[in-house]
Amino acid sequence: MKILRPLILAGGLLLLWQLLVVLTGVPPYILPGPLPVAKALIGHLPLLGLHLATTLTEILAGLVLGTFLGTSTALAMIVSPLLKRWMLPILVISQAIPVFALAPVLVLWFGYGMASKIAMAVLIIFFPVTASFYAGMQRTDPDLLDLARIMGARPLAVLRTIVIPSALPAFASGVRVATAVAPIGAVVGEWVGSSAGLGFYMLHANARMQIDLMFAALTLLAAVSLLLYFSIDRLLDRLIYWQPNQGIAP
Amino acid sequence: MTAPGCPAPDVVVDRLCLEFDGKPLFQNLSLRLAGGRTTCLLGPSGCGKSTLLKLIAGAATLPYTGRITFAPQPEKSRIVAWMGQNDLLLPWLSLVENVLLGARLRHEVTDALRDQALHLIDEAGLSGYEQALPSALSGGMRQRGALLRTLMEKRPVLLMDEPFSALDALTRIRLQDLAARLTHGSTLVLVTHDPLEALRMGDCIVVLAGSPVQPVHRIEPGGRTPRRADDPAIATHYGPLLSLLTNGAGL
Repeated sequence: MKILRPLILAGGLLLLWQLLVVLTGVPPYILPGPLPVAKALIGHLPLLGLHLATTLTEILAGLVLGTFLGTSTALAMIVSPLLKRWMLPILVISQAIPVFALAPVLVLWFGYGMASKIAMAVLIIFFPVTASFYAGMQRTDPDLLDLARIMGARPLAVLRTIVIPSALPAFASGVRVATAVAPIGAVVGEWVGSSAGLGFYMLHANARMQIDLMFAALTLLAAVSLLLYFSIDRLLDRLIYWQPNQGIAP
Repeated sequence: MTAPGCPAPDVVVDRLCLEFDGKPLFQNLSLRLAGGRTTCLLGPSGCGKSTLLKLIAGAATLPYTGRITFAPQPEKSRIVAWMGQNDLLLPWLSLVENVLLGARLRHEVTDALRDQALHLIDEAGLSGYEQALPSALSGGMRQRGALLRTLMEKRPVLLMDEPFSALDALTRIRLQDLAARLTHGSTLVLVTHDPLEALRMGDCIVVLAGSPVQPVHRIEPGGRTPRRADDPAIATHYGPLLSLLTNGAGL
């Protein structure tokens, strides 16, 4: 049943899509049915694959970099109260600026290549990772910290053995959110200015009224984003072996 | 398991004063808890027993005046081990790694120490669970693990803050017996709400009450601990102690 459930769900959604097309009689240049989209997907798979590789690289690079920067910032804030006092307002201000509004600036600064899209994904990932990891570390049971102090523990050992593992469930929640939003960052970046990637391809197809192709790119993006999310979800469950099934993976 | 070659010292609390929100919790509180013996601190909730224990442990960074010393002053710098009401086992470490937590946090784990931990686990009836995560253990087993972690510190003074209060009656009695056996020879300060536990475990029972808190009664029932449930000393002291707590100490 565990394996069948996603298949049944996918089948149900496809059926719903087809029903919507049939019942509303909407023309294919507004909403093509699943079959023409599947045909377009198969027919243009090599080209779509190339664009997918670009977008996936941007997403993964953004995730790795954003997670690295987020965890480093959170660790620095927990180690240094002085840095925390300076960093916290900056973090809050950074969230007050709509990140998507920065996309044209990023393209201007980093160019039409992958760098501006990676920067966009990093910006969007940075806050949930930093905030969740920092909050998790801050919520370490004070009795545990007292126990460590009475034991004569070394500060780095406390961080490694108690504080960081305590924060991992919260950190994992942040990474799950980051994984869900990273594709948005990459695609928005591609819309603003690029020459490759699924976001670029969707705009290109839309302009040429190849709506089935646009939907094929969208379907591929959704499928890969879901696959990425569930893979990361499983990985995090393995990492936090003492508290499994925190995510929403089936 | 006491610190090798280290006599268990008295714990001396001398004119301790501490305020909470402008209200005195301790005012010139003086106590001497005998070395190598078990002293049970009994008193109502919120009277400051746990705070006193944390101050003795040196864990609480509270602005108190007065002195807390050990007599004779041990040569080693680490004198105290502490066990709380919650087992505080780290859920990501196995039982043996939890028992070795102190050594791990000080980068002092050796093969010999690991063997000692395994021996203690066996002695506490937990063999077969050495590699188990805390989530796989029952409440009683987890608390036994916490007791072993405290004992592995090999400190001359052991402070226990209601360590068995969350357990069912039978498990509690078994754990009291195990703790009494394994802590023999240490200075043990045991904070408890339960007069029966105090009478089973304590060489000396100090009842704390009032605001600011003061010792209002001291009992030394005599005989060996842990006392059996049908020990005459328990029958003699239980009633008066309960009356004192319910009427005099505001329990």
